[in-house]
Amino acid sequence: MSDAYTAVPRLHTDTRSGTTEHLHVEAVGMTFKTRRGPFVALTGIDLSVSKGEFIALIGHSGCGKSTLLNLVAGLLKPTQGMLLCAGREIAGPGPDRGVVFQNHSLLPWLTCFDNVHLAVERVFGANEAKAARRERTHAALALVGLTHAEHKLPHEISGGMKQRVGIARALAMQPKVLLLDEPFGALDALTRARLQDELMKIVQVTGSTVVMVTHDVDEAVLLSDRIVMMTNGPAATIGEIVAIDLPRPRDRVALAEDARYHRYRTAVLDFLYRRQAHVEAA
Amino acid sequence: MNASASLSTAGADVACIPHPAARMAPAPAPAHPAAANETDVHDALKCEEARLRADARREQVRAVLLRIVPPVLGLTLFAGVWALVSTTSPQLPSPAKTWASAVDVFAHPFYRKGPNDQGIGWNVLMSLSRVGLGFGLAALVGIPLGFILGRFAFLNAMASPVISLLRPVSPLAWLPIGLMVFKAANPAAIWVIFISSIWPMIINTAVGVQRVPQDYLNVARVLNLSEWKVVTKILFPATLPYVLTGVRLAIGVAWLVIVAAEMLTGGVGIGFWVWDEWNNLNVEHILIAIFVVGVVGLLLEQLLLLLARRFNYA
Repeated sequence: MSDAYTAVPRLHTDTRSGTTEHLHVEAVGMTFKTRRGPFVALTGIDLSVSKGEFIALIGHSGCGKSTLLNLVAGLLKPTQGMLLCAGREIAGPGPDRGVVFQNHSLLPWLTCFDNVHLAVERVFGANEAKAARRERTHAALALVGLTHAEHKLPHEISGGMKQRVGIARALAMQPKVLLLDEPFGALDALTRARLQDELMKIVQVTGSTVVMVTHDVDEAVLLSDRIVMMTNGPAATIGEIVAIDLPRPRDRVALAEDARYHRYRTAVLDFLYRRQAHVEAA
Repeated sequence: MNASASLSTAGADVACIPHPAARMAPAPAPAHPAAANETDVHDALKCEEARLRADARREQVRAVLLRIVPPVLGLTLFAGVWALVSTTSPQLPSPAKTWASAVDVFAHPFYRKGPNDQGIGWNVLMSLSRVGLGFGLAALVGIPLGFILGRFAFLNAMASPVISLLRPVSPLAWLPIGLMVFKAANPAAIWVIFISSIWPMIINTAVGVQRVPQDYLNVARVLNLSEWKVVTKILFPATLPYVLTGVRLAIGVAWLVIVAAEMLTGGVGIGFWVWDEWNNLNVEHILIAIFVVGVVGLLLEQLLLLLARRFNYA
């Protein structure tokens, strides 16, 4: 089962720098047209993500971190700059980027299986036999530990389980990049911790490249390889990037006593609450 | 216990004492297996259990009574007022007289004595078949049209002035047009049902399509679903509750209109029956017809509510 998710090397060699980078964001800006004139949400965003890297985007609400994620997802088109995924320009949403939405966004009239299968059908419908596609769906649900709930409707399962189905749906497409938009924001603390641990395990198995939006400092430090900290909007941009050099697999209990963990945590907190203290009604 | 002590100010200590004492009482029982003591506790528990069960039963009876009593009371009051009015005005038959007549009418619902004298069953069935036909055609046209208008804002903007203009028109105003086009009473009646029940279905379907949550459409975009999959897996199921509301409103309108339309077009049908009995000055039958129309309308509504509940995913 884990074979299906062991990342197939689809390395892209950047001709300019010669490195293997998976996601490339260059001088991206986003201006929305509103009734009160143009609103500059993002400006001058430069970011490169290599294969297998786990990136957390953190910042105060309204800093445009979700906008940046939607740009990578292709749900929005940038007004300046360009975004590349595995060397190809991002022109719209595509199965090479799996998205997990904050509110799970499962279709309530489809069972968990059918919700995941919808994605599988789309991506593998042309090349694989029916049995193989069903096998993929089963495997994706097994990966998030939901085999027992396959035939339940979304309203029959808990919030944490719904979010796991959302993750399974995204993973089943075997995306080059997994995009998570505050995936655990609506869950209680204990469920959130369990899902974070599960996500770490899944990423370990699949070798996925992940970009995750969060406003939870502990979550960011625990999960990511680099934390991208955004300045406050309007015209938000990347303020600072912290590389989290903690060995994997990580254990939340052990890390609670780890000095390095606390140093990283303090660095992020310092950025968020001292240097980018949220100004109400600017 | 601490909380209770800190909450009650005066005599806190005194209030606290009975609690630990009460809790302690059953505890020594197993340590000193005195038979009398044990049965006492057992009996007390049994007694408590029975009391709780009786409470639950009483609560249940109360709930059932609260559901049954008010409607029965309302209907009784209605019949009482009716009986009272019928004593002062001799044209209005009393409930008892109407009941006797109804027993007679429902004894033979499916008799046929020539084209203008048929049982109430036939009349209701004929009306229902007209409603079914007119309403079915309206659904066949209205629901797809609503989908198109909901999906394409330009077409919606084009259609909305026409719909706004035609929707408030009294259904019977369409009857002459039907008679002119079809040159027969029956298709004209069906036409009236069609035109008066199509609007709620168009409008509700269009609104339903417009209100499909953006989240679902984002899923469609992220998964890169084909237009066919978007329609069958997302738009149609997401819109279905709205469509069913439209259908329910439409069938209500259709059933309202049929009586009036049949009064004008004649033939066999509950509306015609009402008019025929008015000509015979048989007021009991008119009252029976009113009840029958009401009951059938109620049943149609309940049927569609049941259907709507089946497709409610929340």
